[in-house]
Amino acid sequence: MFVRLSIAVAALSLLGSAALAQNAKLTDPQIAHIAYTAGVIDINAAKQAETKASNKEVKAFAKDMVRDHEAVNEQALDLVKKLKVTPEDNDTSKALSKQASDKLAELAKLKGAAYDKAYIDNEVAYHKTVNTALETQLIPSASNPELKGLLQTGLKIFQGHQQHAEHVAASLK
Amino acid sequence: MSSGRHLAILVLLALGAMAVPAHAATIQIVMENLVVSPAEVSAKVGDTIEWVNKDILAHTATARNGDFDVTLAPKQTATLVLKKAGTVDYYCRYHPNMKAVLKIAP
Repeated sequence: MFVRLSIAVAALSLLGSAALAQNAKLTDPQIAHIAYTAGVIDINAAKQAETKASNKEVKAFAKDMVRDHEAVNEQALDLVKKLKVTPEDNDTSKALSKQASDKLAELAKLKGAAYDKAYIDNEVAYHKTVNTALETQLIPSASNPELKGLLQTGLKIFQGHQQHAEHVAASLK
Repeated sequence: MSSGRHLAILVLLALGAMAVPAHAATIQIVMENLVVSPAEVSAKVGDTIEWVNKDILAHTATARNGDFDVTLAPKQTATLVLKKAGTVDYYCRYHPNMKAVLKIAP
């Protein structure tokens, strides 16, 4: 399981950087799309966890993810509206969505403690990947200062989520 | 009742009203980017704590000992009058990494 997970994470980062390498520089509409997609992915995973998880802490974590990512995405939508930017689908968004739906299907097959562990481990890995992408690619590429600012706020929030997920993961062991 | 007496009562009332805020302070604590600042605050019974949530997320100030559980909507401020002395650890239920402490003197 863990090996498979690591491979998935590696594949995700490779896909991400390959797509990013092709477009020498991501445009703001693409960045907005990637950031929004990354949020939707985590909301979908959390909604699955709200119904499937058995551990109390895991359930609470999933609820927190829905609340926070919906709040951040709402801000993102308000911002793109204000800036009159239309988020633009791109290879990175597509790769993220594909990987996420595979993961969701994989998690759907698990039950009980095995599900809880797989979900929370994936949350740790996923937030790590997203945070790295934000830090090294999305934030540096963003041109609009308000978009850059929202991504920076997002990074702080998601770093908190990563720590929270790590804490919950450790408590399951 | 003479008008002199009226005045005396008014003065007493005014002094009484002034006496309360002179003792009780309002202490502001900011929550921003998932950090509580200052993380440690010394206060007295009767003081008001004013939590300012500058984040776009909801937070809570939840006492570990159950003394209070204040919910803060995004970009909102909430207050709490301290009623009991003691050292109270509190945290955000939604973001358990956010931890702080109130040291309340009698």
